[in-house]
Amino acid sequence: MFAKRTFNINFMQYKKVAMLLSTVLIVLSVALLLVRGLNLGIDFSGGVLVQVELSQPLAVGELRELLRNEGFSGSTIQAYGDKGIIIRVAADSDETQLQVLQILKQKDATLELLRLEKVGPVVGKQLRQEAIFATLIALVGILIYITFRFRFRFAVVSVVALMHDTLITLGIFSLLGREISLPFVAAILTLVGYSLNDTIVVLDRVRENWKDNRALGLDGMLNKSVNQTLSRTINTSLTTFLPVCALFLFGGPVIANFSLALLVGIIVGTYSSIYVAAALLSEWYVRYPAKS
Amino acid sequence: MLRRERWRLLLVFAVVVAALITVFPVKGRIRLGLDLKGGAHIVLQAKGTPENPLTGDSVERLLAVLRNRVDQYGVTEPVIQRVGGDRIIVDLPGVEDPQAALELIGKTALLEFRPVLSVSSQVPAAPYRENYESDEAYQRAQQRWQEAKDEIDALAVRMEEQQKEEPSLYVGRDERGTVYLLGAPAVTGRDLQDARTNYDNLGRSVVTLKFNSEGTRLFDAATRENVGKQLAIVLDGAVISAPVVQERISGGEAQISGKFSPPEAQRLSIMLRAGALPVPVEILENRSVGPTLGSDSIASGLRAGLIGAGLVVLFMLLYYRILGVAADIALGVSMLLLFAGLVSLHATLTLPGIAGIILTIGMAVDGNILIFERIREERRSGKTPLAAIDSGFRKALTTILDANITTLIAAAVLYYFGSGPIRGFAVTLSIGIVTSVFSAIVVTRVLVSVFAGTRRGSWLA
Repeated sequence: MFAKRTFNINFMQYKKVAMLLSTVLIVLSVALLLVRGLNLGIDFSGGVLVQVELSQPLAVGELRELLRNEGFSGSTIQAYGDKGIIIRVAADSDETQLQVLQILKQKDATLELLRLEKVGPVVGKQLRQEAIFATLIALVGILIYITFRFRFRFAVVSVVALMHDTLITLGIFSLLGREISLPFVAAILTLVGYSLNDTIVVLDRVRENWKDNRALGLDGMLNKSVNQTLSRTINTSLTTFLPVCALFLFGGPVIANFSLALLVGIIVGTYSSIYVAAALLSEWYVRYPAKS
Repeated sequence: MLRRERWRLLLVFAVVVAALITVFPVKGRIRLGLDLKGGAHIVLQAKGTPENPLTGDSVERLLAVLRNRVDQYGVTEPVIQRVGGDRIIVDLPGVEDPQAALELIGKTALLEFRPVLSVSSQVPAAPYRENYESDEAYQRAQQRWQEAKDEIDALAVRMEEQQKEEPSLYVGRDERGTVYLLGAPAVTGRDLQDARTNYDNLGRSVVTLKFNSEGTRLFDAATRENVGKQLAIVLDGAVISAPVVQERISGGEAQISGKFSPPEAQRLSIMLRAGALPVPVEILENRSVGPTLGSDSIASGLRAGLIGAGLVVLFMLLYYRILGVAADIALGVSMLLLFAGLVSLHATLTLPGIAGIILTIGMAVDGNILIFERIREERRSGKTPLAAIDSGFRKALTTILDANITTLIAAAVLYYFGSGPIRGFAVTLSIGIVTSVFSAIVVTRVLVSVFAGTRRGSWLA
């Protein structure tokens, strides 16, 4: 049966290709982040959100025109389901919520108000700083933990792997223009923790197989380790991917970006734990062999 | 079965029973966040003014007034708390009209009675094109309207100059744009004993006021001095109405009639009863979720969770067969313990919290996969089933702990920095990590041992 098969794929043969691919992806992501930036939601930029359910479907284009005519040109409109509408306006005034609601009511008097949010610019800035600070703290905490648990080079490659995952996820969000909100930060931090899960499994095995270094050669030993852990890497990712996928598809619009970030992160993280960490270790030890 | 396993089985049994007792019946046991049950979350910033600076005392009084208003409005289980020096969080569960709640909380509600010293003419209504026969006539009407408005604005400027010389005066406008030059306040909302909603004989909503003894005396004096003149009722700087005083009023009662809807009048009377905010506030943040969206979120979260769990259960069964049964039972136990943890820690379940639970469904079986793969490897290297199980669990343990501790670090940071919904996510994720590690290294172990004992491990090829 498939489950009992042992893998014997020569991963390290393609390490140069993989490193090139990862480098290209990271450069593209950073370029996207610099040029296009992220679509910061009202949590971070301040502004107003109005979510309503209309009594009958309404064309988004029509609504956009209506809002533009009333002077809310900087608004984004997101439709979901067939009657749901989420409007975000960057403007900051206590009246904005009411005005947007009035405009909507002109079109559809019996709409149902589902959600109203207002974040002032002060709070937006504060949340932005807190999000960055929290991410840094989490990274440092995890770095300390794995330095303590592994040898230094292992710690460095796993942090490179998780930054790789985080950057590419951010890059994809920049590319898609998806909104970055508070739950997104939670998703990224979870990703940081989770991305390490798989990397740790592989590195744990590398540590265990370290004694075979001489017999198999460095790449041979790394290959053996990745192959031995391959089925669990794939299975653990798959079992996490399945529920998150269900969450993305059926969890409703409020949580969709959160689950999308996790989905992207799980895919990139699986690739990075098979390739990035081991390939980097291989390059590092080939160029600068460990002393002793 | 080994004696050690018997103790483990007993432990698992006891934990499961305790968890079942904690969790069932589910209804009402789990505290829902505002994003799930609906309600308003408002963050206020107290603002000092030059004549009314911000002090620890004024913020305390602010809290008291807000509590009073919220209590009188009839919100169940409101949370009103001070954060930092000058911010206040107000959580109002189940509020159906977020805009009304916002007004109730954010309005200073400073009521003043001021004599009218001079008043502009009324701003005429802007002309409508439909009412005129030709474009020219319409333009002339518009011009006349503009002139009238300019005249009033010019008067307002003159009044403001007068006010600069005499700071106790006040220039206010009513909602139709009429400008008033008002004298120093004769009576304020501080001297009220009670405020009630009522209807006048035209069926309009009014607020009737009852002054305390000091207020009665002041109001008596103000009406005596202003018979035949206007006395303006000013709320938060806006002139609500300026009735002409017909006669001296010494009974200590007054009535405010404006263009109130019944709910507006009710809110105003609550605010007047609870008193004005000692310092003005600014609304920094406001998140309100209607009850429909909340229950929709629960329904879609539940659906996503069930589908996700179904897929995982199916995958484990197909891939690991009997071991998969053990993993699936362990997943069930892990979820049960997660809910028991939520209930006993009095944690609040939020929408991101539900997402955390669903994520945990996936991560809970990870530990099992690590163990099972390890057991298979040990078997391949020639160990007996029982020996393979033993060393499989032992060798997988450190990996499981390592992998979960990093996620736990991230969750802890989120808990520390996050608020509301995000904190809910950190809580469910943390509890989920702990319960899934427990279920992998204890529950799965017991089950696998029991299975191995009954069928002699022949399946564990």
